[in-house]
Amino acid sequence: MLMHSGTAFRRIHLTLREIYFTGVMSLIIILVSGLFVGMVLGLQGYDTLQRYGSSEALGILVALSLVRELGPVVAALLFASRAGSAITAEIGLMKATEQLSAMEMMAVDPLARVVAPRFWGGVISMPLLAALFSAMGIFGGYLVGVQLIGVDEGSFWSQMQASVDFREDIMNGVIKSFVFGAIISWVAVFEGYDAEPTAEGVSGATTRTVVTSSLAILAADFILTAFMFRGA
Amino acid sequence: MSRTSLDLWVGFFVAIGLVALLFLAMKVGNLSSSMSGETYAIKASFDNIGALKVRSAVKSAGVVVGRVSDIRFNSQSYQADVTMSMDARFKFPRDTFATINTSGLLGEQYIGFEVGGDEEYLAAGDSVKKTQSAVVLEKLISQFMFKQAADSESGK
Repeated sequence: MLMHSGTAFRRIHLTLREIYFTGVMSLIIILVSGLFVGMVLGLQGYDTLQRYGSSEALGILVALSLVRELGPVVAALLFASRAGSAITAEIGLMKATEQLSAMEMMAVDPLARVVAPRFWGGVISMPLLAALFSAMGIFGGYLVGVQLIGVDEGSFWSQMQASVDFREDIMNGVIKSFVFGAIISWVAVFEGYDAEPTAEGVSGATTRTVVTSSLAILAADFILTAFMFRGA
Repeated sequence: MSRTSLDLWVGFFVAIGLVALLFLAMKVGNLSSSMSGETYAIKASFDNIGALKVRSAVKSAGVVVGRVSDIRFNSQSYQADVTMSMDARFKFPRDTFATINTSGLLGEQYIGFEVGGDEEYLAAGDSVKKTQSAVVLEKLISQFMFKQAADSESGK
């Protein structure tokens, strides 16, 4: 499939179209859930931290847990169920209605025309969505922590800035979401292309996409975290 | 959907994604102020650095004036050699006193500079002669306990 990736970039419009369907259409769910996750983190974090009299550390808690873990992982899980399933269903249905065979008849390689753009669309969208999720979550934590509960605004931001490292935390988060994007898109296009060309087969493949990619994300997250933050 | 508006949406999506990343980098990760200007390196040896880490702050009068860039164990002196990269805008006298402090009771540790009165300034590569180690809480508590025990012994 990677051999056909050249087409995805030569005919960039095919990939752009997929970024639109996977990325832009996932914006609402990612932004809204990011906001709520951040707000919940703000509430729960404050509740626990204020027992130790260190509610100023709320900024660190919200920012680190979002940037390192929750941002990439939750965004990836949402992305798998929102966009991954759609990709599988689309390709599976193309196969069931013999559009893929028709393409082959016209000497159009479906791997290059259909599969590669969807894969790259997912890979490109995912880090952007994860960054948006984290930013939105931090904003949500700020809303609840500072505006609602009244943690000091200065210490919220300054403690966050003092303990979040750009390369160590943010770049690792971006790398994670990149890997997750590749996993989801890979599983989704494979399951779609591999699906039984029947209604049952497509529905089964869609389910498998969500289950497999969610499990793969969580497992990959553990492995990546073990490598990235070990002993740091 | 027409091709133009689709392109516009994708461009918009990529743009706000990058803005979010920039927000994380600047506002959260504080990339903007992490030693953007010129720095010079000075060294100091401590008997015990506690939980000091690379990138910990160096503060004077509470203001961040540099960061710890390297920590090594010196096998000759059995001390920790700490290298700090200081903001080139600030100069410190040669008899500056470096201590390892803790922000808050359980907070992060940082190096505090207490400025001396020497006429000459520390230059790149110089080392701070007078240092004070980190206070280890366990030691402090055990000293206190022993003192209490000794007092009650002698009081009998």
